[in-house]
Amino acid sequence: MGDASSNARSFPLKALALIGAAVGFVMIAFAYTAGWLSSHRLTPQELVKALEPPGGPALGHRRNHAKGICFTGQFEANGNGATLSKAQVFEPGQYPVIGRFNIAGPDPHMPDPMAQVRGLGIRILTRDGQEWRSAMIDAPVFAAPTPQAFFAFLNAAASKDPNAFKQYSTAHPEILTFIGWVKNHPRTESWAETRFNSLDSFVFIDSSGARHIVRWSLIPQLPPVTIPPAELAKRSPDFLAEDITRRVAASPQRWELIVTVADPGDPSADPTKAWPADRRTVDAGTLIVQQVVAETDGPCRDINYDPTVLPPGMTTSDDPFPAARSAAYRVSYDSRIAESSNYPGAQKAEKR
Amino acid sequence: MRAVLTRFTAPQRLLHWLMALCILSMLFIGIGMISVITPKYLTLIQIHKVLGIAILLLALIRLTLRMAYGAPALPPDLPLTDKLAAVSSIYIFYALMIGMPLIGWGMLSASSHPVTLFGGVHLPPILPVNPHLYTFLRRMHYCFALAFFALILTHFAAMIFHKMVKNDGIFETMAPQRPRAR
Repeated sequence: MGDASSNARSFPLKALALIGAAVGFVMIAFAYTAGWLSSHRLTPQELVKALEPPGGPALGHRRNHAKGICFTGQFEANGNGATLSKAQVFEPGQYPVIGRFNIAGPDPHMPDPMAQVRGLGIRILTRDGQEWRSAMIDAPVFAAPTPQAFFAFLNAAASKDPNAFKQYSTAHPEILTFIGWVKNHPRTESWAETRFNSLDSFVFIDSSGARHIVRWSLIPQLPPVTIPPAELAKRSPDFLAEDITRRVAASPQRWELIVTVADPGDPSADPTKAWPADRRTVDAGTLIVQQVVAETDGPCRDINYDPTVLPPGMTTSDDPFPAARSAAYRVSYDSRIAESSNYPGAQKAEKR
Repeated sequence: MRAVLTRFTAPQRLLHWLMALCILSMLFIGIGMISVITPKYLTLIQIHKVLGIAILLLALIRLTLRMAYGAPALPPDLPLTDKLAAVSSIYIFYALMIGMPLIGWGMLSASSHPVTLFGGVHLPPILPVNPHLYTFLRRMHYCFALAFFALILTHFAAMIFHKMVKNDGIFETMAPQRPRAR
């Protein structure tokens, strides 16, 4: 020991080299962990960038499902959901909701008749201070089986190479099912006539600790009224927002929360695969939309509908999407919140 | 009157090395979790929250011990610049150890994101929901994390330097083992 230190003292270069090597090693390990060294790692920043339109994102807005309108209301639980999850949100009672109707796409001014996919985000608060956030769409299945495949799909769809999409769809034929639905599904005249699906599976944990793999849907109480394609094109660019504002002003609008329970062996990790129609369902209660508020001044504007914000009694499953969505939504949230001065009406809202 | 220490007390040394491990893990988890698309993201962010609060508590205990027991004196022949660097780095370390978890907690509060620890235990918000505040804290959290990492590297380099080149006993004041008689 004494020898070593007197050696080091007579050879300070050796010590300095050791310091350099040790510090350099830790720095490289850090840079590697940060992803600064690998160009092929899929980062949430890249996933969000892939959703951008060619002209760049609409500053201050959500990077996808950019156009939307806020609402407030209640979730009225009937108690049936308690057989699946111990979350307080399933105990009989009413719980306040802040939600957002939206259409898919990065353009906050996209005409509603052009919307291919409709969405709904909800945040339900319970008395125990817990909350449940969920973001759903009206498609019956998702476009891609994994976040990596979804990224590849977005790139293929945006590619100038005419073969890019063909190559993708050969490797991922399930995309054709999704595109078939996008092209051909009947458009209803209202969000209030639209069914919204979680698509991703989650795990509900009941009071005995038993775990149930589930997906859920919000099923409108109103029967769907389809708009013929020729008429759809003539509708106002904001017909969905105008419609929901008018309907809710007249009377609250309702959806039933239907939870579907997987059988053993059902594909829980792949949201492109629907479960058989005969699976057990539980009607857990009713979403009641009581007030519609423009997004500019609305309570939903600054909420990140991160689907991994779950109360005790719910957790994520082996479906890889909720984690990926959480990471991507965070990137979108960080960007748009930092750009909030670009949001139309932001100055006005601030002065109040 | 406090006893004159030749090295840090055993609880202080234990806390130092335990926290060194926690903080280094924290920085790696933090920089890693924001750059990946993987189900592990949720586990990492959960560890990040719990570990962050643990570090905050440990730092407060450590600060109390520091105020109660003090620290061994620096070698009298240490150049003034080194002395200044040593003393100021201690203040910065404590500010970061206590400040970073609070900034993290505060930025989640400002974005109305719940801070959930294990078993559904969740911490109350410590700041009002405010987009501007969130953006400011989020950037601070990132920049201070890089600064924290740089400070740790400098500290680490200085430690090896004092041990191997100067051998002035500074390393031994925090070393886990009692220094052998020379």
